[in-house]
Amino acid sequence: MSDIKEPILSVKDLVVKFRVRSKELTAIRSISLDLIEGETFAIVGESGSGKSVLTKTFTGMLESNGRIPQGTIRFEGKNLLELKADKDWEAIRGAKISTVFQDPMTSLNPLKRIGYQITEVIEKHQKLSSTEARRIALELMAKVGIKEAEKRFDDYPFQYSGGMRQRIVIAIALACKPRILICDEPTTALDVTIQAQILDLIRALQRDYGFTTIYITHDLGVVANVADRVAVMYSGQIVEYGTVREIFYDPRHPYTWALLSSLPTLARKDEPLYAIPGTPPTLFVDIKGDAFAPRNRYAMGIDFEEEPPFFQVTPTHFAKTWLLDERAPEADPPPAVKVMRAKGKQHDEEKAGASK
Amino acid sequence: MSAPILSVKDLEVTFKNGKESFTAVRGVSFDINEGESFALVGESGSGKTTIGRAVVRINPATKGDIHFQGKKISGEISHELDTWVIRNIQMIFQDPMASLNERATVDYIVSEGLYNFNLFKDENERREKVFKALSDVGLLEEHAERYPHEFSGGQRQRICIARVLAMQPKFIVADEPISALDVSIRAQVLNLMRDLQKERGLSYLFIAHDLTVVRYFADRIAVIHQGELKELAETDELFERPLHPYTRSLLSAVPIPDPDLEKAKILMIYDPSLHDYDKEKPQWREIFPGHFVQANSREAAEYANMYP
Repeated sequence: MSDIKEPILSVKDLVVKFRVRSKELTAIRSISLDLIEGETFAIVGESGSGKSVLTKTFTGMLESNGRIPQGTIRFEGKNLLELKADKDWEAIRGAKISTVFQDPMTSLNPLKRIGYQITEVIEKHQKLSSTEARRIALELMAKVGIKEAEKRFDDYPFQYSGGMRQRIVIAIALACKPRILICDEPTTALDVTIQAQILDLIRALQRDYGFTTIYITHDLGVVANVADRVAVMYSGQIVEYGTVREIFYDPRHPYTWALLSSLPTLARKDEPLYAIPGTPPTLFVDIKGDAFAPRNRYAMGIDFEEEPPFFQVTPTHFAKTWLLDERAPEADPPPAVKVMRAKGKQHDEEKAGASK
Repeated sequence: MSAPILSVKDLEVTFKNGKESFTAVRGVSFDINEGESFALVGESGSGKTTIGRAVVRINPATKGDIHFQGKKISGEISHELDTWVIRNIQMIFQDPMASLNERATVDYIVSEGLYNFNLFKDENERREKVFKALSDVGLLEEHAERYPHEFSGGQRQRICIARVLAMQPKFIVADEPISALDVSIRAQVLNLMRDLQKERGLSYLFIAHDLTVVRYFADRIAVIHQGELKELAETDELFERPLHPYTRSLLSAVPIPDPDLEKAKILMIYDPSLHDYDKEKPQWREIFPGHFVQANSREAAEYANMYP
């Protein structure tokens, strides 16, 4: 992506395959991406697009029927895909790259006390005494907003609300001061008011600790809230990426257009919501051309024949669609996209007005 | 205005477990008009689902009445009336993965209600009714012989809706019908529910936590918090002039797909202790025409001047 800064993590031509009932499916179909230190990078896509599989490869957590026949993931001068032993992965997973999962009920052990679940991680990775670990754990609990941490230290997870549990999961993920925090749908199981608080918390912690955040989500509202940059995934590929403003106010890929169009927020009440016709293609067979073509009303002949390359829109904004080829006819984007463009322009003008 | 199709008055639902009891819903009243989509919005544990389940008689009402088309349907009712309620009020559940019998064919699932109430003369009529329901939700006749696991999440929710339609109800309680679905599939199901409403004059009690969906779908919205209604208004009115601090905090928390606005927004956190209800208890008051809020007289005066 941009080459202004040395990336903290760099993925090149990654392919991931899974063996399912003696057939093989390709979950990730050649993805490259660079993560810039300190940024918040959001990956958007529907279920089955491969967004969770992609980030699982960063921590060596692919299911046992998965394999990576191609690609590199460079982090701290090493190719993570060359790590074989569990021990090598343990130096990365939870220590340098941590993950916060969707459902705090399933990521905490219901039989162990909250405090123990935090100190366990600290003792394991940092070789500290138990009193020292306890001190750090209490500090972390306070940091993630648990009031009277000392009192709640010996509680069990069931004594915590959903939002508080997710705060504990975040505390555990940060226990070893990771350089990268992967948030896999961290707020999907939570109420909106709690969701907003958790997003604010992660942002505040990121300022304090300076880690780089990857968000995986299907919620474009959450993306707008947290992201500096966004990648849109479809059928195992990134189809468009750019700064959050570029993706929302000037999207170029018809799949991104379709996603924005299906949002009820941008719809007129008296008109039916835009629904993307059809279903994503099966990943068990090779996909010819653009995977989105059969559902894409802007598809041209070439979309069914040849896979499009990435076309550059700006130095930070790229989209993988033939519509950006100079030979393609001008496409008239859907109303929701025009609304977003107008909003972007309006915000720009307001800013220009304010700075005068 | 004509009489409401559903009328809930002073509803209370208490759950008992041995000596312990928990009141999930307290003093809830609202009317739903014929052909209307009425939304109940609240967070988990607020009691919104309990209200929906009280309407379809899964959770008995401890206090208060529920009337449907003028007949009282809460409390002890005759077997006949019970049958009538089941035929006329149907429910769609949140998770289409969990609410379909995995071992039954779609044909059986859709006709189960028909079997239970002998709603067909002969096999031909039953199959006709099943095919009609399937085609109404955009599925094909050939789907009838298949099993739920052969369908995607969106298609499964369509099967749930087909099962409901086969009963030809007048009123549908939809409990988070699209929360478990992907963004692009949500649109399909919402459109379908709307089309059916237009074609058949259905009324909905739509239970949801997602305000963006509710804003698109509902005619009126009631906001519920910890078992009590806090505010009720027409959809646009509620979004333009939210009065209760809880409604305002809920609206401020909804993420909007507009990065500049979303990044600049200030989150409002609702603190129930801000109400001073020691001296004067709150009441259900109409501040603007059709716009109700729970407030005491001091708050009511404040709310009335909130949007000059």
